[in-house]
Order: sequence, then structure tokens, then C-alpha cells
Amino acid sequence: MAGRVQFELVTPERVLAAEEADLVVVPGGDGNFGVLPGHAPLLSTLRPGVVDIYEGDKITSRIFVAGGFAEVAEDRFTVLADEAQAVEDIDAAAAAERLNAAREALTRAQGGDEDTAAAEADLAVAEALAAAAGTH
Amino acid sequence: MPNLKDLRIRIHSVRSTQKITSAMKMVAASKLRRAQLAVEDSRPYVGRMTRMLGEFVGSLPEGAPVPPLLAGRDKVETHLIVAVTADRGLCGGFNGSVVREVRRRVRELRSMGKTVKILCLGKKGRDALRGQFRDAIIDTVEGLTRNVVRFETATGIAARLASMFAKEEFDVCTLVYNRFQSAMTQHVTVRQIVPFAAGAPEEDAAAKTVGGPRAMYILEPSEEEILDLLVPRNLAVQLYHALTESYASEQGARMTAMDNATRNAGEMIDALTLTYNRTRQAVITKELIEIISGAEAL
Repeated sequence: MAGRVQFELVTPERVLAAEEADLVVVPGGDGNFGVLPGHAPLLSTLRPGVVDIYEGDKITSRIFVAGGFAEVAEDRFTVLADEAQAVEDIDAAAAAERLNAAREALTRAQGGDEDTAAAEADLAVAEALAAAAGTH
Repeated sequence: MPNLKDLRIRIHSVRSTQKITSAMKMVAASKLRRAQLAVEDSRPYVGRMTRMLGEFVGSLPEGAPVPPLLAGRDKVETHLIVAVTADRGLCGGFNGSVVREVRRRVRELRSMGKTVKILCLGKKGRDALRGQFRDAIIDTVEGLTRNVVRFETATGIAARLASMFAKEEFDVCTLVYNRFQSAMTQHVTVRQIVPFAAGAPEEDAAAKTVGGPRAMYILEPSEEEILDLLVPRNLAVQLYHALTESYASEQGARMTAMDNATRNAGEMIDALTLTYNRTRQAVITKELIEIISGAEAL
């Protein structure tokens, strides 16, 4: 049983990661948590942030997720992300642009009676994306 | 005897039709390649989402409050059928087979005294169904698939379905779409999404293997919050799945249909060319006979 975590990160568009890892840290809805081999079954929501995949004690890849769900069952760890991309592939300029657009959309939404909740969620994703872009 | 000029015009017209069909075939083939990749890439997500939801719901204690969108309501009076077709024709039996299945279901449900509503995703479905079931069609959404199926499209429709369900505009929702198997074959698939029937056969098997007393999940943040997010998300995922499958099927069906059309046009050209040559020869022979017999008469 113990050994390594069978980690998978899938988005509706593709399978972004399918590998074995020693430790995976994900941004859970209630705070970040790490999954080691033999973790108890767990189901959690995700907030926008970065997933870190560890090989030994080194981070081998970092992937940005815009939210979704994480499921741990036996030694399988599956992340169903709404939207994801490798941190090193993030275009900082595009991320900044998206952040500005999201801010404007929120201001507009607050002005009218549109759906502010959706605009706020978009902004949170854009902020996390811009923050992730700044770290690489 | 067929007129030579008419034959020439005829051959010319068939040849230009053949050019169009072979161009359409080429376009469909290149679109198909991309659509096929999209389907194959989306299947893992859909499968895992279905499995996760199945295991999660299975792990819930008996009598736990489950949202009606997932568990269904007590009454099953109004059925909503979502017919996923293409916006355009010329793709063989693609639209027809979905329409036929929808017709069959509507008749069956009506004979059981249920109310039926139809939501058409794609123009061709509406065109075919409105003659018979004009009163049942509540709306048509067009232009869903422009080259690629976007996940946001599915999210939008899912949100609309969820709010309709909340207003009690329907109790049961079924998707009818073409499932992509290969460029030659598409299967008309009927899938109930509200209340959610746990999974297609293959995913079901995966969920069953766990069996026995289900593992209890640690839930973060809480059962309600996860369900609140997961259930609408699942609806969007199922719709996205249907849309990508349907789009790939459409391209496959069109490619096959246009390939056949191109071949038929080729056969027709051959046959017409043969007639044309025979006729021409006959005309020449006739003229020669006329000249010779004219010369002999002198």
C-alpha cells in the first residue's frame, strides 16, 4: 500500500498530469493540504492556487488550478480542475491583463444588478493566476 | 436520342457538385481530427467526475439530505428532453437518428400521461421536430459548436437547466445525443442527467468494484458545500461530454456522407460520359451515312 501517490490532474480539455509522486500539496477550500501515500479517503473543494508535486523533498512540477475538486481514495489522488496550466507556461502579461479585465467586470457588475458572485469568483482566479505568474 | 448539349451541361453540373462534396469531405476530415482529440481528452475527466460523484453519494449515510437535482423529486410529471443535433445538415443520418429517438420518447411519455418539453441544442433538431411537436419545444440554442466546444458553453446551459429545475419547470431531464465511436459509426445515446443516474455502464463497473462498506470520506469544507458545488458542476460536465461527443460524431458523419456523395458523383459522371461518347459517335456515324448515301445517289 505505502509507496507513492498515484497522482492525476485532469481538466475537461485534457489530462495535465498523471504520475507517481512522493507528496502532493494542493490548495484546498479550507486551506492547503498535502497528500502522502496512505492518506485517508478525502474529498475536498479547491480554491484557485498552485498544486506542488514533490519528488523526494524537491518540487518537480507546479501547476496552477482555477478551482475544482480533489479526491483521495486508497493510494489514488485525483484532482479535477476547472482550468489548469503549468506554472512555467503562464504568460505574466496575459495574467495581468486578465486580472485587470476581471477587476473591471466586477466594478461593472457592482454598478448594475448583474451576478457579482460570478465576477468575484473570476477575480479570485485572476488574482491567483497573477500571483502564480510572479513566482516563477 | 439524348441531346449532346444537354449531356454536356449535365456532366458539368455533376462535376461541380462533386467538387463541393469533396471539399466538404476534406473540411470535415480536418475538423474531425481535432474534434476526436477533444473527445478523447475529455473522456478521462468525465469518467472520473462520474466515478467520484458515484462513490461520494454511495458513501453518504442513509437518509442524508441530497439535493433534488441529484436525487430527484417525488413527482415525475414533466420530462425535459434535450436533443443535441447539429446546426447544419448534409451529414447523413446524424440529425435524423437523434430526431427519431426523440419522437419515439415523446410519444411513449405522452402515452403514459406525462408532460414533455423539448430543448433543442442545434438548429436541425428544431427544424425536424417543430412540425409535430411545436408546442413542446421550449427553446432552441444555436451556434454551440464553432470549431471547438467550449466548456463555458456547457456551464451556461447547465446553469439554465438548474434554474429551470429550481422553478419546477421539469422533474426529469434526459439528454439525447450521438456518441462518437468512429468516423463511420455513431451511437444514439440516451442519458438521464436529472436526477442523475449514476454513470454509463463502464464507469458504473468501476464504482461497483469498491463495493462492501464504502470508505467514509473526510470532507472539506462540508458535505453540503461540496454537494452544492459538485452537483451543478457534474451537470455541466455531462453536457460538455454530450456536446463534444456530438460534435465529433457530426464531423465523422459528414465526412462519411460526403465521401459517399463524391463517389456517387464520380459514378454518375462515368455513366454520363459513356452516354455522351456513344451519342457523339452515333451522330458522327449518322452524318457519314447521310454524306455517303447522298454521294451514292448522284
